[in-house]
Amino acid sequence: MNSLLRIQAVFIKELMQLKRDRMTFGMVLMIPLIQLMLFGYAINTNVRGIPVGVVDYSSSALSRILMQTIGATQVVKFSHQYMTVADAEAAIARTEVRAVLVIPKDVGQRLARHSTVGLATPASSDQETSRPVAHWLVDGSDNMIAGAIKSLRNMPLAELLSKPVNRGVPTFEVTLLYNPEQRTAVNVVPGLVAIILTMTMIMFTSAAIVRERERGNLEMLITTPVRPIELMLGKIIPYMFIGAIQVIIILGLGHLIFNVPINGSLIQLAGATFLFIMASLTLGLVISTIARNQLQSMQMTIFVLLPSILLSGFVFPYDGMPEPAQYLSEVLPATHFVRLIRGVVLRDVQVVDMSFDLYWLVIFTLVGLLVASLRFKKNLD
Amino acid sequence: MSQPVIKTLGLNRNFGDLKAIQSLDLEVEKGTIYGFLGPNGCGKTTAIRMLTGLLKPTSGEVEVLGYSLPDDAEKLRRKIGYMTQRFSLYEDLTVTENLQFVAKIYGLSGSQQKARINELLDIYGLENQSRQMAGSMSGGQRQRLGLAAAILHKPELLFLDEPTSAVDPENRREFWEQLFDLCDQGTSILVSTHYMDEAERCHKLAILEDGVKRADGSPDELMRTMGAHVVEIASSNLRELKQELLLLPPVVSAAQLGARLRVLIADSIEDPVGYLRQQNSLSGNLSASASLALVRPSLEDVFVTCTGKRR
Ligand SMILES: Nc1ncnc2c1ncn2[C@@H]1O[C@H](COP(=O)(O)OP(=O)(O)OP(=O)(O)O)[C@@H](O)[C@H]1O
Ligand SMILES: [Mg+2]
Repeated sequence: MNSLLRIQAVFIKELMQLKRDRMTFGMVLMIPLIQLMLFGYAINTNVRGIPVGVVDYSSSALSRILMQTIGATQVVKFSHQYMTVADAEAAIARTEVRAVLVIPKDVGQRLARHSTVGLATPASSDQETSRPVAHWLVDGSDNMIAGAIKSLRNMPLAELLSKPVNRGVPTFEVTLLYNPEQRTAVNVVPGLVAIILTMTMIMFTSAAIVRERERGNLEMLITTPVRPIELMLGKIIPYMFIGAIQVIIILGLGHLIFNVPINGSLIQLAGATFLFIMASLTLGLVISTIARNQLQSMQMTIFVLLPSILLSGFVFPYDGMPEPAQYLSEVLPATHFVRLIRGVVLRDVQVVDMSFDLYWLVIFTLVGLLVASLRFKKNLD
Repeated sequence: MSQPVIKTLGLNRNFGDLKAIQSLDLEVEKGTIYGFLGPNGCGKTTAIRMLTGLLKPTSGEVEVLGYSLPDDAEKLRRKIGYMTQRFSLYEDLTVTENLQFVAKIYGLSGSQQKARINELLDIYGLENQSRQMAGSMSGGQRQRLGLAAAILHKPELLFLDEPTSAVDPENRREFWEQLFDLCDQGTSILVSTHYMDEAERCHKLAILEDGVKRADGSPDELMRTMGAHVVEIASSNLRELKQELLLLPPVVSAAQLGARLRVLIADSIEDPVGYLRQQNSLSGNLSASASLALVRPSLEDVFVTCTGKRR
């Protein structure tokens, strides 16, 4: 009874302070909004409109038609013309263009014999006589761009000669479930919930105890009968609501603006999110009991935030990471939440089918609360 | 005699090489106001922190309200109030919100809480500030809020660390009236200060210097037994006279007070006025017309004699 009253006292106090801290209060709303816009629009793995150049040794009508056909895919945009390959390479080096198409003198002959066009004398499928129509020089230091240009390797050139193509049957048939149009936002927005919550939740609570120390309130607080666990709980409850508001902003706007579907059950989504918010908040509290000032707590927050962005599967797929990185990634609450939220939001899985991830978040929270309460000593030594 | 509320034996506290408190023996009686008098850095705050269980003693025994510290610190917490030297309530909460917070922490809710807070706002004249942010209040108002918060749960024993450092003399008197009211209601109070007039109001006090207790007792007792006479000299050339006086071995100190010189002379000299008259070295400045008078010692004299011993 008294214990609940004390938790309530701390809770109300935190709420009041938060309400009066306009800057922080504004950040609570602006961080998810701005990040959503930035990530939703800026991060795009379907690359479009790469600036490219051309070195045209043939100077024929055909080469111009070829460029138009390629440009029509919208993957690249021809912006510069160079006289020699050497000029072109220099241009790539200074990133004036990211790739250059070198069209050889005999482009007409090559095209005639090319398998996608197939004027069949001599046999167009013959590897020895059929040669690529032209040559791309690409800035390979950027995987994204390299991949996009590579995807042009087998592009059909049907429009070029207004003649039906005789494409071979593909080796595999591929059905893309859940995100058939391959829209990046569908993948990014749910992951963004994990990243923004990691950032704001840890940031808020990591300053919680440190701030009391810096402002001199701690000496008063520890002479009262308040127990460490009561203090910890009272301090994280207000932020649970803030976390919930942030999730609603991100997923709601993600749905409205970027058309991200929410296929799974909202209750399960809320449950998984609650667990993740708790895990992040307690991690913040642990940091707060270690740091001696707010600068240190901020540094530690970033120390956790970076791997959460890079290793959680938000940016790079978990399955592509080397084993040690996977172990590290498994420790982070963000990894488990990225899995859970993508599962529920995009694939309509039942969270109970992902119980390992749920348990991890629960255990992480309990251990975190315990560590924070044990580390918080009620003296000044 | 009743059980003392505070009893320490050979209390020590070091910070690295610095000995902040050295073999401190204290005994504070129930229902009294006990003072810690000492200059900056003498260890007042450190001693109070050990008595409230916030700092562990390096060695020595502490018993407060019958609880042995630091082991029983948690049990002690409900029974003591502590007003820290630095304002430690929340500056971004209003007066009422701060008091409500403290009340809830001590388990006071509902109408009980309301009644107690209104009572405190009334006693400490904070009704008009009740909705003001604590951070925007004046020094004296903050001090009163700090005291109100420290006694909200009616503690048996109250620790006040330099409670009046930002308070004008008028308000300081009022503040002390309130302390005596509390004392009358049975609260024992330990207060630290570097003001002599405040120390003089205490039932008993300890004079601290460099972590060592130089003297303790009631102000009267201390003045009676301080081991020096006080002579006031009204004369011309006081500045030169002072330098010459300080060369005499029995002279403990000499301080100018306007047109007079207050001189402390060790009580091994039976007749200090006669002694001074006889000193030939002073003859140039101590004219025959100068008046010399033996006066009653003040606490400041006590302070100067006990803290002078080391020099
Ligand atoms: N946490 C600490 N670490 C190191 N030294 C400390 C610490 N706290 C106090 N000290 C030192 O112990 C000595 C006593 O300090 P304390 O704060 O008790 O003095 P005080 O009598 O309260 O002084 P003031 O009148 O200025 O408040 C000082 O020399 C101080 O520098
Ligand atoms: Mg002090």
